[in-house]
Formats: sequence, structure tokens, C-alpha cells
Amino acid sequence: MSISRNNLILYIGILIFGIAAPFLFPAFKVQLSILCVLIVLATTWNIQGGEMGYNSFGNILFYGLGMYLCASVQVGMFFPLSEWTESGGEKTFVHTPAQFFQGMAVGLIVAAVVPTIVAGLIGYSILGLRGHYFAICTLGLGVAAGEISGGIEIIGAGQGFTTPPFPDVGSLDSRGEFFYFLSFFVLVLTFIAVRGIYSTRFKLILNAIRDNEDKAEAMGIETMKYKIVGWMISAFFCGLAGGIMGGLVGYIDSTDVAFDGREMGVFMVLMAILGGKGTLWGPIIGATVFHIFKEGFWTFFLGWQYVALGVLIVVIVIYFPEGIMGWLREKYPERFGEVVDEKDRKAQVELK
Amino acid sequence: MDFMVFQYPMISVQACLDGILLGILFALIAYGMALQWGVMNIINIAQGDLVILGGYIAYFMYLYGIHPAWGVIVSPIIMFFVGIAIYKLVINKVVDRDLFISILATFGISILFMQLMNFAFGADVVLANSDYGTTMLFNNNVVLPNSKIFSAFISILFAICLVIYMKKSKLGRAIRATAQNARAAKILGVDTEKVYAATFGINAALCGVAGALISITFTIHPYMGLPYTIRSFMIVIVAGLGNLPGVAMSGMGLGVFEEFADYILGTEFRIGSVFLLLVLILVYRRFKLSRKREYLK
Repeated sequence: MSISRNNLILYIGILIFGIAAPFLFPAFKVQLSILCVLIVLATTWNIQGGEMGYNSFGNILFYGLGMYLCASVQVGMFFPLSEWTESGGEKTFVHTPAQFFQGMAVGLIVAAVVPTIVAGLIGYSILGLRGHYFAICTLGLGVAAGEISGGIEIIGAGQGFTTPPFPDVGSLDSRGEFFYFLSFFVLVLTFIAVRGIYSTRFKLILNAIRDNEDKAEAMGIETMKYKIVGWMISAFFCGLAGGIMGGLVGYIDSTDVAFDGREMGVFMVLMAILGGKGTLWGPIIGATVFHIFKEGFWTFFLGWQYVALGVLIVVIVIYFPEGIMGWLREKYPERFGEVVDEKDRKAQVELK
Repeated sequence: MDFMVFQYPMISVQACLDGILLGILFALIAYGMALQWGVMNIINIAQGDLVILGGYIAYFMYLYGIHPAWGVIVSPIIMFFVGIAIYKLVINKVVDRDLFISILATFGISILFMQLMNFAFGADVVLANSDYGTTMLFNNNVVLPNSKIFSAFISILFAICLVIYMKKSKLGRAIRATAQNARAAKILGVDTEKVYAATFGINAALCGVAGALISITFTIHPYMGLPYTIRSFMIVIVAGLGNLPGVAMSGMGLGVFEEFADYILGTEFRIGSVFLLLVLILVYRRFKLSRKREYLK
């Protein structure tokens, strides 16, 4: 992967801003961490949804799985899990700082690896579905996972699962900083990984699958292999994001936090579409705009958020399906390295 | 896990009869789904929410002292216009586009409806009581509420009326022609825009009937819409578009499956089992189709 000088300056600028952000805006640490998680989700959704053309509603499955796994491992490494969930809000067990961080580290690894394996295992059957069958099937997977996990006793069933509280390590707001840097680290990791992928042949294969899968197959590409690998990459980062989000929220409910198809599951699709499907920066811009809109205006709607969300989905999907990047691309094609033939353009306008 | 159902045969009979009566209702909703899918090539995620909205209309009549059974007549009339309004505002812009766009747009409508119903009617589980009593069968071992029998009867009646209407009337012919080939129908003077609007309206009206019946026989709740969408989607993909006996049979099969899942796994896994069944059916279908594709090669 080659990086041009301008891009390098841009990346370093963003990196410095990212590291300085919690100190510049100390009141918004939690919001910034959530923003990082949202960007990770949107970017990884874009790998199938945008580049591969497989519009999944089911990435929430990996997110929720990662959330439950991270918290369960974190608790289960030191204490009996069933007693923890039975005691609910009243804490009879307290993690020492060392236990908390060890648990979190192991938990995050498990939260990333297991969803990846799950994606690999179900990938062969699920990714054989095409178009809307795939979309509905993954929607069903996400909801089924939520309903089923809501009936399992050991992870709290219907009453929810309280994740271990952050230990007292001296300074006052270390919790916010810890989760911010953790999520920012995952964001940087995701960006590097995704950018790396997008500059290889792998991305071209994904695009070929999106444009015409049968032809790609006829050209000798083992499409199924690449589709599964693409989905596994998504699952890896979705699981990580879920694990962090579980610790950040502090409470896991099966249908309202973990497998929240109605919120997070739609958000990631919406953010990617808002920013522009099939671009590197689109989901990042989309997630940022969406998060600012959500946090800025949600309080004004007070209770009407879901109504606003429903309207927003309809409006974006119908009137703005190309997204911000698509719009910019149409407006300033030169910036994207596209050569516009003025004659051809004029001819097209005349035709209209 | 509870295997009582296998030890006492009467429980199985009860589950089967309950399931069949429930399944007829599912088939009615699925028929609407098949209609719009076949004619307009859209998948409507808000289908279940239209059902629940229809149910609330009947429930409101019950609150104001009118017998909820009249909802079977009132609710489809109101829902027909609701359907046309949705078509004019949103659906007509997604008809010719990618199917995923229609899925996402109707997903938005679904969230919108869910929340509006939550504001308007509250988040309680409600039931419109019809006072129809119960029927005892097999030495009082099997109990069937009359309301369920009533609802199955009404669903069949509506389905038959609709089939006859589609066969005989001018609009029905236009709808079938558009489903076969929208462009050719347009050339031959069918106003496809009107046909689409009418199709969506009829679908919403069917949902209204089903919703009114559900509010009498079972319970309704603002967030219960999505399972109905998934059920009808499942029935349609099992039966295929335009195969009415198939829709009826697979609807009843799904109803029976659900009742048994309820007895064996427990009520908390009922909805989960429906969604899992959907995934399994789609995966089964994918392997069946892929074998066919390889055979063609």
C-alpha cells in the first residue's frame, strides 16, 4: 500500500486529533467513544454492503455475540458466572484493577475470534443466498439471536447482564479515557486493515462479486471463498466493537443493547448509505454526521426519536441513496481522479 | 424442554387444531405479501405493522362499546386508504428500484409505525374481548375458543372473495396483467400506477382484516409486527408466488409448527423459533437451488 504525501499529512493530523480529542473535549468522552464504535461498525458493514453488494442486516449478530462473550469471559475468568447474573445489580463480587484489565483483554480477544469463527461456519450456507433473500435471512438471524439469548439463564435471560464496573484506579475519569483510547485504537486498527484490503486485489474481487457474481465465477474466481473471508473480517471487528460497547454501556440486555436490530443494526446500514456505499471515507463521514445529528437533535425529539429515525431512513433511502461521497463525486469528479468528457456530458444533457 | 405433548395425545390434537386456525390467519397475511411481491416486486417489512394497526382499529371500536367483530368490516376500509397513502408517499418511489431499497424503506416505515402506535395506544398488550365462548371437543379434552373458529371462517371467506374478485373484475384482470408483464400491460392501456396503488391498498386491507381478527383471538402490541412480516415472508417463499393452495397449506403448517414449538421449547422461545425456522428454510432453499444450478452446468 502506498501513501501519498498529502494523505500522510491528513492521517497524522487525524491521529493527533484523535489522541488529543478526550483532552480537548473532556465532557464528550463517552460520545466520542461511541462515535469510534459506530465508525467501526459502518466501515465493516461497508465491506459486504458496499463493496460486495451483500446487504446484511445481520452484522448485529456478531456485535451482540462479541458483547456477551467479552462480558462473560471477563466475569467468568474470576467468578462463577451464574451467581454473578443471579445477583443482578447488587454486586457481591468486585474485580480488582488487575483482574478487570486481564479479563477485558482476554474477553476482547474471545469477542473478536469467536464471531469470526461463527461467520466462517455459517458463511457457506448464508452467503449462498442472493439479494433480498440474504437481507431477510440475516435480519432473521439477528432477531433470532436476540430472542434466543433472551431465554438463556446463565447470561441473565430477560433481566439483563451487568458488566463488571470499572475499578477504582486513582484518577477521577480514567474510565472515560480508558474506553475512549480502547475504541480509538480499534478504530485505527480497523482503518488500517480496511485501507490495506481496499488497496489489494481482494477489493477488486469483492467489487466483481457486487457487479456480477456469475460472471466473476465464470472468470475463475472462487467467489464463495472471498465472500466468506469478507464476512469474517466484518465479524472480527464487529465482535471487537461489541465487546467495547458492552463495557462502555455497563449493562447488556438481549434485545435492547446487544442484538438491537432496531437501533444499532439499522444504524450501521444507514450510516454507510448516508456517507456513501462502497467508498473508504463514506462510512466514516456518514457515521460522524449521523452521530452528531443523533446526539444533537435526539434531545429535541424527546420520545419521538424513533419516529425521526423512521422518517430519516425513508428520506435517505429514497432521496439520497448515493450518500455524501456519491454526491461529492458527482459534483467534483476531478477530485476523485475521474476525467469528464465535456462533449459527452453536454450531449447527455441535450438528450435529457 | 417439555415433552408432555407426546405423552398426552389430546394436547397434540389441541396444538394441531390451534395451529391450523392460527395458520389460516397467517395465510391471509401472506396472501397480501405474495400479491404485492408478485405485482410490484417489493418486499414490505411494514406488513406486520399494518396488521397490528388494523388490530388497533378493532380494539378501539371495542373500547367505544362496538362489538369488535365489526372491525372486520371497518378496519379493511380504513386500512385500504392508509395503504394508498403509504403508496403515494413512499412506495411509488421504490417500485422500480433495487429490492434492497424497498426493504430498507419499508423497514423505516415499520419503525415509524411501531413508534407512532406506541404513542397513540400505549405499550400494553391488549385484547378485544368478543364474548364468543368456547367449544369443547373430544370429551371436553380439547378447548377451542369460538373466536378462533370465527376468525378462521372470516379469513377463508375474505380469501375466497378476493380470489373471485381477482378472476372476474376488471381491476383484478389489470392487476394480474401487470404482475405478468408491467411494460406490456402499460402498452395495452393499463394504468399501472393506479394498479400498483390499488394492489398496495388491497394488501393493506387484507392486513386490516387479519389484524382485526388477531385482536379478537390473540393479543396485539405495538412491537409485535415484525414476526408477522417474517411469517408471511416465510410462507410466501415456501409456497411460491401465486400459489394460493400452497400459501394456505404452508400457513397452516407454520401455525402447527409454532404451537408445537410453544409446547416443547416454552413460550419464551416461540418467536425465536419462528426466526430460526426462516433461516433454516432459506438455507435449505439455497442448497436445493445450488444443486439445480450445478446440474444445469
